[in-house]
Amino acid sequence: MRKVAGLVSLLVLVAFLVAGALLLRPFGYPVPSDMDDYIIENAQEQTGNNNVVASVVFDYRGYDTLGEATILFTAVTGVLLLLRTEKRKEKSS
Amino acid sequence: MLSKIVRTVANQLILFVLVFGLYVIAHGHLTPGGGFQGGAVIVSGIVMLLVAFSSHELSKSVRERILSVMESIGAVIFVLLGFAGLGATFFYNFLAGSPIFGNIPPTGPNPGDFWTGGTIPPMNFAVGLKVVAGLCAVVLALALFTGGEEVEE
Repeated sequence: MRKVAGLVSLLVLVAFLVAGALLLRPFGYPVPSDMDDYIIENAQEQTGNNNVVASVVFDYRGYDTLGEATILFTAVTGVLLLLRTEKRKEKSS
Repeated sequence: MLSKIVRTVANQLILFVLVFGLYVIAHGHLTPGGGFQGGAVIVSGIVMLLVAFSSHELSKSVRERILSVMESIGAVIFVLLGFAGLGATFFYNFLAGSPIFGNIPPTGPNPGDFWTGGTIPPMNFAVGLKVVAGLCAVVLALALFTGGEEVEE
C-alpha cells in the first residue's frame, strides 16, 4: 500500500516537473519585467541608496534576508551542537 | 603552529584584512558587497590567523561566549530594525529622509554619499556582526573540538 502511494505521488511529482519544464518560456525571452523596471527607477528615490542591489536585499526583500540570517544562525547552532564534546567527555570519564 | 616567517606575515597582514572587511561592510550601500560579504572577508582573515598560529593560541583571545553574544546582538538589531518600520510595512525604510543616514541621492548615476541609505547601513552592520561571530564560532569549533583534542590524547 505504501509503495503504491509512493509510486503515485512520485508520478504526480514527475508530471508536475515535466509540465513545468515544458511550459518554460523560450530561451532568451525573459518574463515581463515590470517589477525590475519599477525597482530600478524608484529605488534611489525611495530608499535613498545608490546600490540598487543592496536596496533590494535589505529593503524590498528584507524578509528574505531575515531568512538568510536565520539559516546562518541555525547552521552555527547545528555545528556547535554536533561538535561540542565537553559534556560527553565528562559523562564518560 | 607554522614557522616564524608565516606568523610574522600573518600578524602584519591581519590588520589590512580587517580594514578591508570593515570597508566592505560599511560601504555596502554604495559599492558591491555588504554585511555577508564583508563578514566573510573578516572571517577569512581569522582563518589565516588560525592556520598561522595554533587554535589554542587563537582561542585565548577569541572567546566563544563573546562570539555568541555578538551574534545575538546582531540578530536582535536586525530584527528590531525590521520591526521598527512596521508602521508602514515590515522592513520599511523608515530612516530614509531622517537625520540618521537620511540623505537622498539624486536619481541616476552619481558618485554617492556615505550618509545615505536609511536603514540599510545599520542593517549591514548588524548582519556583518552576525556573520563574523557566527562563522568565527564555526571555524573555531571545527579547529578546537575536532583537531585539538586528538592531538592532546
